[in-house]
Amino acid sequence: MAGTAVRGRLTWQIATVAAVRPETASVRTIQFDIPHWGGHEAGQHVDIRLTADDGYVAERSYSIASAPGEPLELTVERLEDGEVSPYLTEELRAGDELEIRGPIGGYFVWDGGEAGPPLLLVAGGSGVVPFRSMLRHRARVGSTVPVRLLYSARSLPDVIYRAELDMPGDGADVVYTLTRQQPPGWAGHSGRVDGELLTEVAWPPGRGPLAYVCGPTAFVEIVAGELVSLGYPPDRVKTERYGGVAAP
Amino acid sequence: MTDELYGPDDSALDGNAIGGLLYEVFGAEMTAAEATCAHCGKTARLAEAIVYIRAPGTVMRCRTCTSVLAVVVRKQEMNCVDLSGLAALQAS
Amino acid sequence: MSPVSRGFHGRRREPDADAKRVPPGQYVTTDFPVLSAGPTPHTPLEKWTFAIRQGGATAKSWSWQEIRELPAEDVTADIHCVTKWTKLDTMWQAVSLDTLLAQVEHEARYVLAFCDGGYTTNLPLADVTGGQAWLAYGYDGSPLQPEHGGPARLLVPHLYFWKSAKWVRGLELLAADEPGFWERYGYHNYGDPWREQRYAGD
Repeated sequence: MAGTAVRGRLTWQIATVAAVRPETASVRTIQFDIPHWGGHEAGQHVDIRLTADDGYVAERSYSIASAPGEPLELTVERLEDGEVSPYLTEELRAGDELEIRGPIGGYFVWDGGEAGPPLLLVAGGSGVVPFRSMLRHRARVGSTVPVRLLYSARSLPDVIYRAELDMPGDGADVVYTLTRQQPPGWAGHSGRVDGELLTEVAWPPGRGPLAYVCGPTAFVEIVAGELVSLGYPPDRVKTERYGGVAAP
Repeated sequence: MTDELYGPDDSALDGNAIGGLLYEVFGAEMTAAEATCAHCGKTARLAEAIVYIRAPGTVMRCRTCTSVLAVVVRKQEMNCVDLSGLAALQAS
Repeated sequence: MSPVSRGFHGRRREPDADAKRVPPGQYVTTDFPVLSAGPTPHTPLEKWTFAIRQGGATAKSWSWQEIRELPAEDVTADIHCVTKWTKLDTMWQAVSLDTLLAQVEHEARYVLAFCDGGYTTNLPLADVTGGQAWLAYGYDGSPLQPEHGGPARLLVPHLYFWKSAKWVRGLELLAADEPGFWERYGYHNYGDPWREQRYAGD
């Protein structure tokens, strides 16, 4: 299935919440039952639509957290002053319904190719969500592509999927940088992702790496710019910007 | 990906955020499509366009020169699309 | 038929607002949403000017200092965005466009407002005179923030708020009407919220 995008009509379907689980104090993963889900590729997202009882409608997009083949899961961060995220992270419960359409996306996807260039995944805060899908997919298909995830989070309690990321799989490694608060004795990186950190962590351009950068707009702009300065060809740096999220 | 409709301009998104809308308009996945700006001639993926969704319509701008590439206005159940800022659009 | 999402209410809407003040299809909010079609400009005040142009030339121009020296008013207005939110009793510090337009001799019937970032919007002259329109630089007792159109924006509250152009830098005086940004992309040429003139053809 490598290289095959999941095509098909994009229609709204009713999805039922199967389960919810907290990831951090402000982040939750929601699992859905969706009768006609045709599968997805790692990195894709869905649009969701909520209708209030007075007819008011809100639509948002969320990256798919689950790997292809697993039940559909989304991970949502509660944004202070958000209109939809407080509902999804606090109110929503098993049995509730909403509408979903997807999967969407053909650019910010990784097909799990068994042999391929080394992957650099750079996540800012909740930008780590599509990378969870990619890492789980990589493990499921037994890919040996070298992968490094550089994950910028405000503090260790803000790291999503911590337990899972502590065991990313053979040939994969995870590097954290904590920008606001570090635990006592922290031996990892601190502060925001910058040219210096990327020089240290990113695959050298000579290895022909493919980079994916996901997170708040400002984060993506800085990181993508630095990778290009480091020598990554612009078309080897794929970007996905999240709006309105707090900077990690 | 998107929650705050009301935030500072630094929350301009990219074409990934409107993948669903583009699918409605074109009937196919278009985020990977190559778009050529009619103003500066630069070609880039639609996923890489600067996108504003917090407006009376969806505005896609060229990342190189910021000229408008395309605008989609939702009028009742229809999408009104203006592509005059695109010199070319090639789906993969 | 879309299912109702149990317990979802969306942004705070004020259901008890005085219905006579709410145009058809609108809901009242206490927020002040930020909508934008492009990046927020940040023109330094020392470079900022407001100009009235006519026939391809500048008829009159004011610096920031000169605008601030003109008689200003405290304006309280209800504002209505075409995206359906209405905000009541917004408070502005503003110079009447009558004050500015009085300084230019003209026989124009239309204006096209032009702005940093390239945004434009068109209005009949009759709608920006007679105490109906302002150049606003203060909001809610403070300088107008960039995200809301600062340093200065148009304020034309009797029409949908896309006509109250953010980051305005001047008015082009025209004999014939010319559609601005949203008007070209399908929105109504005039935009009266009380007749729900949202889209072209409404």
